[in-house]
Amino acid sequence: MTAIIERVPSAIGTEAQPVLKAEVRGLSFHYGAVRALTNIDMVLHEKQVTALIGPSGCGKSTFLRCFNRMHDLYPGNHYEGEIVFHPDGLNLLGKGVDPIEVRMRISMVFQKPNPFPKSIFENVAYGLRVRGERNRRNVEEKVEQALRGAALWDEVKDRLHQLAFNLSGGQQQRMCIARALATDPEILLFDEPTSALDPIATASIEELIHELKQKVTILIVTHNMQQAARVSDFTAYMYLGELIEFGNTDTLFIKPKMKQTEDYITGRFG
Amino acid sequence: MSTDLHAIRALIANHKRWDAAFAVLGFLALMVGVLTFVALFLDMAVKGLPRLSYEFFTTFPSRRAEHAGILSAWVGSTLVMAVTALVAVPLGVASGVYLEEYAAKNWVTDVIEINITNLAGVPSIIYGLLALGLFVYQFGLGQSILSAGLTLALLILPVVIVATREAIRAIPQSIREGAYALGATQWQTVSDHILPYSAAGILTGMIIGLARAIGETAPIITIGALTFIAFLPPAPVSATPPFLSFEWLISPFTVMPIQMFNWTSRPEAAFQLNAAAAGFVLVIMTLAMNGLAIWIRYRLRKNIKW
Repeated sequence: MTAIIERVPSAIGTEAQPVLKAEVRGLSFHYGAVRALTNIDMVLHEKQVTALIGPSGCGKSTFLRCFNRMHDLYPGNHYEGEIVFHPDGLNLLGKGVDPIEVRMRISMVFQKPNPFPKSIFENVAYGLRVRGERNRRNVEEKVEQALRGAALWDEVKDRLHQLAFNLSGGQQQRMCIARALATDPEILLFDEPTSALDPIATASIEELIHELKQKVTILIVTHNMQQAARVSDFTAYMYLGELIEFGNTDTLFIKPKMKQTEDYITGRFG
Repeated sequence: MSTDLHAIRALIANHKRWDAAFAVLGFLALMVGVLTFVALFLDMAVKGLPRLSYEFFTTFPSRRAEHAGILSAWVGSTLVMAVTALVAVPLGVASGVYLEEYAAKNWVTDVIEINITNLAGVPSIIYGLLALGLFVYQFGLGQSILSAGLTLALLILPVVIVATREAIRAIPQSIREGAYALGATQWQTVSDHILPYSAAGILTGMIIGLARAIGETAPIITIGALTFIAFLPPAPVSATPPFLSFEWLISPFTVMPIQMFNWTSRPEAAFQLNAAAAGFVLVIMTLAMNGLAIWIRYRLRKNIKW
């Protein structure tokens, strides 16, 4: 754990303690009768990138989607344990907590770009519209800010009112990131954001993730270990719905504590 | 061992004979339907076209065939269709959206779904009988445009519901998740995304439903539409206050298929020609509605790719 503490910039908090954005405590998750996650304990450090890796079906996407309560959209799903959100100490999975409130604070970028069949502007502005923002100037300002944040502004500033479908796959994904950024989320969730993209678009998204952590806490699921090593500060290795190992990315990749982790990252398994 | 090329080629040629055989059979099967319609339509067109004139559309039915027109019939059909659309679309779309987006997936919903599918197969005369008891007598709406519109609305409701549900189901789940992930409520997702993106399918379903309703005769006869109407319903708009009038809703009326039915049952040959002309107009109206549906679908789908 000392390695973790060292990497956290002390300027963020008042004391030299790592600033936690969220703490996962004893999280289990069931799809109906099927248990998908078992007793997970993990933390998210503020303004750091945490990567979830593991073989297909290990539950990393399921885990990610607990953070914005996406599972609540489907009947029969059931959470146990808690995700404590800081600084207010709210349990995101608490009975009285409205999933919509959670989603207003924690944004998500999906595996495949999912632009709405609307203009680029309306896509990025949608989160603001949902929040009832009517002031045109405010909306325009936020949209520009978000598109700049997603490194897309220069490419689209002259065609904001064209359909988002006309963008390339990589641009669409960056637009989806802008859409998620426009509402100033506290955590940004990425669910294998580059799996549908070519290597060049992938590189630009990775670069973007690196810049975004100045402003926002990031949790990213990736099936690509090199990607996890490149973009993240912390990595969690999951297998069969359990968290096998969690720690500083450098340490986990160079000197994993668990044999299972080592087998996976050295390619002997998975 | 070398492959026997001759044997393989003979085998393929033999198999391909079935391709050719089915291509011919399938084409013939298709032609049975298409040619029958073309023949009927041409026969009607040849007989009816000479009767089509400006006067035919602007005169009331008459005892003398050469002076008879379809003014009351097409005005009646148009007004009845307006009522049908205004009633069936909101009810059908709301039901479809509820079933797809809101209803819990349990056996009650399944039973409702099966019933809706079955409703589409209920003979239209049954709707006529229901409407006669309920709208005409129970609600006291009389043998009016309103009664007819409500009856046909019930008749096409299943069509609108099914079209709405299919259009909604075509929207990928990733779009819904995208909206929900931004903090949208269920209603925001429906009104900002589900309804706009399914509008093409819903409109198409509505028009196909109306195209069916415009040709319906049995339920309209059952509720007591008149076969001889020599006046128009009161105009819905006027130049004097209160400008809008809803009296036309409770006016007696006739519709195109009933006018046709009336003329075909007359012995004089001249009336048969009138019936052919009215039939031609009715088919053109139906085809035009279907054409409109195709155009709307094309226009609205142009911006949507998934």
